[in-house]
Amino acid sequence: MPSLPNAATPDVARLAERAAAAQSHDPHVADVALKPAFFDWLCRMGDNSLILGHRISEWCGHGPVLEEDIALANTALDLIGHTQMWLGLAAEVEDAGRSADELAFLRDAMKFRNLKLVELPNGDMAVTLMREFLFDAFHFELLTALTKSSSPRVAEIAAKALKEVSYHLERSSDLVVRLGDGTEESHNRMQAALNKVWGYTGEMFAADAVDEAVAEAGIAPALADLLPLWQRTVGEVLDEATLSQPEQRFDAQTGGKQGRHTEHLGYIVAEMQFLQRAYPGASW
Amino acid sequence: MYAQMVKSEGMKSLEEMSPEERAFQERVDRGEKIEPKEWMPEGYRKTLIRQIGQHAHSEIVGQLPEGNWITRAPTLERKAILLAKVQDEAGHGLYLYSAAETLGVSRDELFEKLHSGAMKYSSIFNYPTLTWADMGAVGWLVDGAAIMNQVPLQRTSYGPYSRAMIRICKEESFHQRQGYAIMMKMAQGTPEQKEMAQDALNRFWYPSLMMFGPSDKDSVHSAQSMAWKIKMNTNDELRQKFVDETVPQAEYLGLTVPDETLTWNEARGHYDFAEPDWAEFFEVIKGNGPCNEERLGARRKAWDKGAWFRDGLTAYAEKAAARRAASNVAAE
Ligand SMILES: [Fe+2]
Ligand SMILES: [Fe+2]
Ligand SMILES: [Fe+2]
Repeated sequence: MPSLPNAATPDVARLAERAAAAQSHDPHVADVALKPAFFDWLCRMGDNSLILGHRISEWCGHGPVLEEDIALANTALDLIGHTQMWLGLAAEVEDAGRSADELAFLRDAMKFRNLKLVELPNGDMAVTLMREFLFDAFHFELLTALTKSSSPRVAEIAAKALKEVSYHLERSSDLVVRLGDGTEESHNRMQAALNKVWGYTGEMFAADAVDEAVAEAGIAPALADLLPLWQRTVGEVLDEATLSQPEQRFDAQTGGKQGRHTEHLGYIVAEMQFLQRAYPGASW
Repeated sequence: MYAQMVKSEGMKSLEEMSPEERAFQERVDRGEKIEPKEWMPEGYRKTLIRQIGQHAHSEIVGQLPEGNWITRAPTLERKAILLAKVQDEAGHGLYLYSAAETLGVSRDELFEKLHSGAMKYSSIFNYPTLTWADMGAVGWLVDGAAIMNQVPLQRTSYGPYSRAMIRICKEESFHQRQGYAIMMKMAQGTPEQKEMAQDALNRFWYPSLMMFGPSDKDSVHSAQSMAWKIKMNTNDELRQKFVDETVPQAEYLGLTVPDETLTWNEARGHYDFAEPDWAEFFEVIKGNGPCNEERLGARRKAWDKGAWFRDGLTAYAEKAAARRAASNVAAE
C-alpha cells in the first residue's frame, strides 16, 4: 500500500457507539408527549447555527483583512460544529431514522426553523457584523441559561457551544464599537446596517407554543427572561459605538421559527443541498 | 511550487565575495540560521522577499478555489473540514507575511504588488474547481505537491521562514490526508462519483506537475538560491519525487493518471513521465489561465471593498490612543 492511504475513514460506527455510551441519560429524549416541541426546538437551535454559519462562510477568502478572513472562517466553523450537535440530538429525539445530515440536506426551506435574521444576505461587512452581534448577544444569553437545562444532553451541548459563542460575542461587540466610533463612513455604514436588521431581532424573543412547551419542561428558559439581558448588552455596546437604537419596531419581521421565511432561504438551501439532491443516496 | 520561478541575483564564487559575504556564506554552509537583525547580502534579502511573498500570496489566493465549495459541501462534517482547511490557508498566509515583514517589507506593500500584478502567486490556483471531487484532488495533489517543496524548506537558512515552514508543514500533511480521504470516497462511490474523481485527476495532474516550475538545470538563479539554502532541491528532483509517490496512490484509488507514457523505469528506480505543456504554463503565469481574472479580481475586490473597514479600525485606534494620552495628562 502507498504511504498515504491510512487516512481511510475510521470506524465511524464504533466511535459513535462509544460516544453514545459516554452520554448522560436524558429522560426528555424519549418523552413522547414532548417530542414534537422538543424536536422543533432543537431544529431551531441547529438551523440558526447552520444558516448563520453558511452566510458567514460565504466570506471565506473575501474578507477586508487577513485576520478577518481567519476569524470569519473560524466563527463559521464553530457554528457548523454546533449544528452537528443540535441536529444530531434532534435526529435522536425524532427517532425516525433521519441523521443530522439528512435534516440539514434533505429538508426543504419551509421545514427550516431558523430565525429570519440569520438568513439575511451578508451585504457589506457592516451588515454581516451587526447581524452577528445582535444574534451573538442573544445566543450568549440563551446558551448561558441552557447550561442549566433540565435536559443533561442540552446542557452539555450548550456548555460546549458557550465557550465559542462567548468569544464570538466578544469579537463582534468589539468590532461594532470600533467601527461605530471609527471614521464617518464606518459609522454611517454601521448605523445603516443596524437600521436594516433591527426589525428582525424581535423574533428571537417572540415565544410560541414550542418555546412555551420546552420552557415548561425546564429544557429552555422563557425567552422573555432573556430580553432585558439582551437589551442591556446591546444598549451598552451601541452607546459605546456611538450608534443610536432605531425607533422602528424590533419585531416587525417574524415567522422564520415557524417555517415562513424570507425569499433568501430558498437559495441558501438550493445551494447547500445541491450534491445531496443531485446524487441521492451517495456517500461522501 | 507555491513560489515558482523566483528570480535571484547572480552568483559569486567565494573568491569574488567581500569578507562579509564570505562569512555569511560560510555560516549558511555550516547550517546556521540567519536571523532578521543580522547582516545579509542585499540579493539574499530581495530573493527571500520575492519567494516568501509569492508563497504568502499563494496561500491567500489558494483560499478561493476551495472556498468555492464550502457552501455546497455535501455533509456537515465535510463542510467543517473544508472550512478548517481554508482557515488554515489564511493562517499560513499570515505566518508568511509576518516572516516577510522581518525582511523590511510590509504586508500592505506586498498586497499592492499582488494586486498590481507585479508579484505572482502559484499558477495552480488559476484552475477552476468544478466538482466536489476537486476538493479531493486539490488536497491530495496540490497540498501534496506543496509538501514536497516545503518539507525540505523547513531547513532553509532564514530563521523566520524555516519556523513558518515547520508550522505550515504539519497542517499541510493533514490537508493532503483529508483530500485523499475525499478521493477515496469518490473513487469507491457511485459510477458518477468515480467519474468525477477521474475527471478531477485528469484536470489537476498536469497543473500539479507545473507547480514545481520549469526544469531549472540551466538556471543561474536557481544555483544561487541553492547556495543560500532558500531553495533546497531542483524543480526536477521534486517533480520526480512527487510523481514517484503519487502514482501508487492513484493506483490504490483505482484511478488512471492521464499520461500514456507513464512507465516504471527499473534502471533509474523512478517513473518516466510526460512533461506538462510548458506553453500553457507560461500563458497562465502571464495572466491568461482559466481563472486568473476571477482570482485576482476577487482579491482586489475584497481589498477595495474592505478599505472603509480597515480605515475605521485605524481611526478608532488613533482616537483611543488620543483619549488615553488625554486621560494620562489629566491624571498628572
Ligand atoms: Fe473555534
Ligand atoms: Fe497552506
Ligand atoms: Fe493546505
